[in-house]
Amino acid sequence: MPTMQVLADEQRVAELIQRLASWVGDTVSSSAGDGEPARWALVGLKSRGDLLAARIADLLGHDTFADRVGSLDITLYRDDLSEIGPQPVVQTTDIPFALDGLDVMLIDDVMMSGRTTRAALQALVDFGRPRRVWLGVLADRGGRELPIQPDFAALDIRDMPGRDKVKLRIRPIHDKDELLSVPDPRAR
Amino acid sequence: MATDAHAWIHKHLLGLEELPAQDIRFLLTTALGLEDVSKRSVKKVPALRGKVVANLFFEDSTRTANSFALAAQRLSADVLHFSGKGSSVSKGETLTDTGRTIEAMGVDVMVCRHGMSGAARKLASAVQCSVINAGDGQHEHPTQALLDAFTIAQRLGRTDGFDFTGLRVAIVGDIAHSRVARSNIHCLIKLGASVTLVGPPTLLPRTFESLGCEVSHDLEAVLPTVDVVNMLRVQFERLSGPAFPSIHEYHATYGLTSARLKRAKPDIVVMHPGPMNRGLEIDSAVADGPNSAILQQVTNGLAIRMAVLYLVTGVQ
Repeated sequence: MPTMQVLADEQRVAELIQRLASWVGDTVSSSAGDGEPARWALVGLKSRGDLLAARIADLLGHDTFADRVGSLDITLYRDDLSEIGPQPVVQTTDIPFALDGLDVMLIDDVMMSGRTTRAALQALVDFGRPRRVWLGVLADRGGRELPIQPDFAALDIRDMPGRDKVKLRIRPIHDKDELLSVPDPRAR
Repeated sequence: MATDAHAWIHKHLLGLEELPAQDIRFLLTTALGLEDVSKRSVKKVPALRGKVVANLFFEDSTRTANSFALAAQRLSADVLHFSGKGSSVSKGETLTDTGRTIEAMGVDVMVCRHGMSGAARKLASAVQCSVINAGDGQHEHPTQALLDAFTIAQRLGRTDGFDFTGLRVAIVGDIAHSRVARSNIHCLIKLGASVTLVGPPTLLPRTFESLGCEVSHDLEAVLPTVDVVNMLRVQFERLSGPAFPSIHEYHATYGLTSARLKRAKPDIVVMHPGPMNRGLEIDSAVADGPNSAILQQVTNGLAIRMAVLYLVTGVQ
């Protein structure tokens, strides 16, 4: 039986976050000469991507996004609410700016099936009409169930065998930063 | 992230007396997340898409029925409205038969208001779907107490954890006939507040002390000590005989007037479940003044009812 395994330790996670931040920074600056100057917002998906987005904003400087840094909870947009139970915990969404016309950089920790991203896109357009939406993730686990791909993944582990889940532990909600592979509970 | 793990296990919401404090807090925290929905450009989320919510109102109500309907619609549920008047109920159909008939149409949640205490529980035992009590006789009105607690937490900065330790709340008026008072007492005490009930002896029996509250007949003495005052409506329709000598005397003794409010804490939160008898239990200047949270209560009713609908439908 597979057990929990560390895919990236504290230092490696810091490097991955730096890689993701560098890509975000490059994407933002290279879009400057592209027609109308882009106005950017950084939006992290709860409950890990929002913490990653905050770290990225710290690394790049909040000026990059003119303080348009928010968080999005996709619980109410999940496509499995009628199949699972009890209901997953609803958290607050914090997007205190209008999304109309913005280039929105979505940040998530681990991409697998693509269903979270689908829900996020549906949620996002209920807040307004962004000019364009980008997606950067810390790790791409593979195992897509929908035709949705990230624009960038700091760690590509799509060739990981089996159905193990990849989980990010991140401060301050955990005691340290690390990326783990965890056996799928349904496979037991 | 303790809330990550919390599992809601209640298929029905019949009263707050049986709901543990941790579940009340979880429900209020869920409402915090749902509050956002009403503030954005598209005021709707797909969480209850394909579900049907039936409003069964055997007593007159506009605000509660509309609040539940709008809450269900904001979660993308379909809403069926069934009013007791002019229906088969007036032809003698029993509550159980009415419930089963409506359920046969394919309903997932029934929201029930009824003049008889215990009606929601009776209905819940007769049907397979979830039942939410929207007021049963003089027993409970749980969503009103929850939206009251939510409003208090917002006003007094207690939304982080919904811990009311140290807060003092007065509930004033016709306590004996009030389901709002009963649900509020259970809710507030579980959240850690201390509750003082104030009213004329005819409308406030001493037996309420057994619920863990203080009982007083002197509003003047209690008012300066509390952080929140919840003014109940005098329910003339429920009084079997005269409970106080005159409306004028009730107003003079138990009405919340501007003069009286001046002796309260400056940031006291004034609440009323509505509909108000202006000039009787509360003066217009107070109801419309800066301490009043009355319209905020109505707004918060939506988030609370969305939270209840969302949570109970996960347990079917």
